[in-house]
Amino acid sequence: MTRAVVTGIGIASPNGLGPTAYWRSTVHGEAAIKTITRFDPSGYWAKIAGEVPGFEAGRHLQGRLLPQTDHMTRLTLVGTDWALRGAGVQENDIPDTDVAVITAATAGGYEFGQRELQKLWHQGPDYVSAYQSFAWFYAVNTGQISIRHGTRGPGAVVVSEQAGGIDSIGHARRQLRKGVRLALTGGMDSSLCPWAWVAHQASGSLSRSNDPRRAYLPFDRDASGYVAGEGGAIMVLETPESAAERPGTRIYGEIAGYASTFDSRMPSREPGLRRCAELALRDAGMDASEIDVVFADAAGIPELDKAEANAISAIFGPYGVPVTAPKTMTGRLFAGGGSLDVATAILSIYWSTIPPTVNVENVVPEYELDLVLNEPRHGRVRAALVLARGRGGFNSAMVVREYR
Amino acid sequence: MSRRAVITGLGTVAPGGIGTKAYWNLLSEGRSATRIITHFDASPYRSRMAGEVDFDPVREGLSPQEIRRLDRAAQFALVAGREAMHDSGIEFDHLDPSRIGVALGTAVGCTTSLEREFVVGSDRGKYWEIDQNYTVPHLYDYFTPSSMAAEVAWLVGAEGPATVVSTGCTSGLDSVGYAAELIAEGSADVVITGGTEAPLSPITVVCFDVIRASSTRNDDPEHACRPFDRTRDGLVLAEGAAILVLEELEHARARGAHIYGEVAGFASRCNAYHMTGLHPEGKEMSDAINAAMDMARVDPTAIGYINAHGSGTKQNDLHETAAFKRSLGDHAYRTPVSGFKSMIGHSLGAIGSLEIVGSLLAFEEGVIPPTANLHDPDPECDLDYVPLVAREANVNAVLTVGSGFGGFQSAMVLRKVEEVRR
Repeated sequence: MTRAVVTGIGIASPNGLGPTAYWRSTVHGEAAIKTITRFDPSGYWAKIAGEVPGFEAGRHLQGRLLPQTDHMTRLTLVGTDWALRGAGVQENDIPDTDVAVITAATAGGYEFGQRELQKLWHQGPDYVSAYQSFAWFYAVNTGQISIRHGTRGPGAVVVSEQAGGIDSIGHARRQLRKGVRLALTGGMDSSLCPWAWVAHQASGSLSRSNDPRRAYLPFDRDASGYVAGEGGAIMVLETPESAAERPGTRIYGEIAGYASTFDSRMPSREPGLRRCAELALRDAGMDASEIDVVFADAAGIPELDKAEANAISAIFGPYGVPVTAPKTMTGRLFAGGGSLDVATAILSIYWSTIPPTVNVENVVPEYELDLVLNEPRHGRVRAALVLARGRGGFNSAMVVREYR
Repeated sequence: MSRRAVITGLGTVAPGGIGTKAYWNLLSEGRSATRIITHFDASPYRSRMAGEVDFDPVREGLSPQEIRRLDRAAQFALVAGREAMHDSGIEFDHLDPSRIGVALGTAVGCTTSLEREFVVGSDRGKYWEIDQNYTVPHLYDYFTPSSMAAEVAWLVGAEGPATVVSTGCTSGLDSVGYAAELIAEGSADVVITGGTEAPLSPITVVCFDVIRASSTRNDDPEHACRPFDRTRDGLVLAEGAAILVLEELEHARARGAHIYGEVAGFASRCNAYHMTGLHPEGKEMSDAINAAMDMARVDPTAIGYINAHGSGTKQNDLHETAAFKRSLGDHAYRTPVSGFKSMIGHSLGAIGSLEIVGSLLAFEEGVIPPTANLHDPDPECDLDYVPLVAREANVNAVLTVGSGFGGFQSAMVLRKVEEVRR
């Protein structure tokens, strides 16, 4: 079977731009949840989020791209540039038809969409941007990456709410198995505008606390919902043979297993997360004992935390594996969350360190979880399991491991 | 042995009538169901026509809760989904739920509901700060279209892989391609797939207006979409849904299912050219066609019918005509090509699946639906576009293609299963 390795990682996270800055903050447990600055949150009961600071799109992208792109597309394009640079891929290294682009989305370019909706309803149809037809729709990032880098291989976009970031990487691996050499994949998401914010509030999943240190507390007895954030990760995924053609290319790790499942609505049936994780392990040809850390979905909602803890204990036994949720530093990043967790897991393998979960103080004892709290754990990480869930019942799991 | 994906159930919600039978009648009679928009007052807009579905959710059996909670696109998906389930003859309660998947296509998701709620929360666009006191509780489900895949998954009791595939106007082809991959790789035995779209609201109409992609033949809405015609002036927006039950071949045979056909090959390509423009050479669409034919292991001469994207824009029809010639060579001139958008308009992320349904019925009925409204052929579009009147033909393999914003080009080869050598 064709193998898939990660050779480039582009990250835009509330606590760091680029894999190096992000990793440094994450290992040190530097949280970045703050009062919202992207719009005036005073009229909303939820007032905190994880915003990506210091991102000036105009420093990275040509001016002509700015009027036609939402913030999330700009993050995506810059992240993709970084990933390709990190992988040492130059133009014409790989035939354009051998490159796939597979991204995840949740709500598209929502801030762009709000602006154009406002123009339409307040000023009239003649004021709507000619770019609206594509700047806000879910497929935009794949299209824009393809155009920017001249890729003419397969393109796709998956939407499975917060599980999509993993699904996109899983689908990218399918493309490698079908003969493509390299895929640009992952998700970067942002929906920090008033029109998105009322939707987030309506979800019923946002934390009612506006204390950045107390709002998002997965697995804690005080868990009361999550904090929304923006950002994510785009990765260069390729076959080892393709990477070998560029001498000196660093291989961060391998995507070894992937699966996705869906939860039944019938209360008598077990949620699909455990089965999903088991299928991903089986797909990797690995046993649970070979997993050195689990990057949890960490919903921060008591029922969901409990279900995840049960799934982890069922597979690994009580306190059977270190579990972490670095997303406690950034908030949940929607389509970007699963892919940032996969990138973090890969960095964890690369740097032999498990980054911590922050702010959580009182893990519910019945969960029987070995949660890595506040301090990183140093030591070899050979393989990691990454879990993600999307609203409605979407589950995805990915196994990443050292490449040997 | 490789696992093959076959279609065993069809469900349709299309302009001109609910249900697959009404849809086929429209197509085979070459009638057009596009009209002046009635959903809202479209008089301020450049293009005021659409392929609207006459849809009464109560009559279609949706519950009051479903009607209140769900966007029209999700309602279409449920109605078409129920028809497809019934048509397949599968007793879903008796299947292992973990072996059932969902891959649903949509381009713009729940835009209609989002726009409606925006108008309320912003007081018709007066305020940037949307009022949190005027939002509906299910706003988040409109916000991200994966909610629609969840609805379909609940409908059939799926617990296997589920997702929305959203690649603009190729979503309806790409979702079925995705579903076929789930079956081929062994992740599921049955996948409910297809596409749904109910985009008819001011913002969508304006999107196409401002880039002048839609037809302005408002005085003749029934004949506005004229693919491959010299006088064509753009697409006509539409709504609709088609849901298919995709099943692993042996699974279908074991229960003696009626098999409409096989998804024998599928490929998608990015054109890396322009977010809305198409290069006249059609190279990437041709690459997708070649890859789909390779996967199906068919020679161009085996293709008995091409179901075109046929959106009726100047550039699209030239683009795909070039792609067909590039891939099929001389055989392109001998192959009937037709475009359903002349009859049902362009329902964005649903149309690819609606076109698959029509293509499968072409096998079934031995009839190729025509390209309606094609009276004055464009000399630069010089293939056999089956103008105006359906044609009897015994077709064993169909090529269906799609092309969309973002540069997506997709191609699928559908084949009669009788041909499969075991």
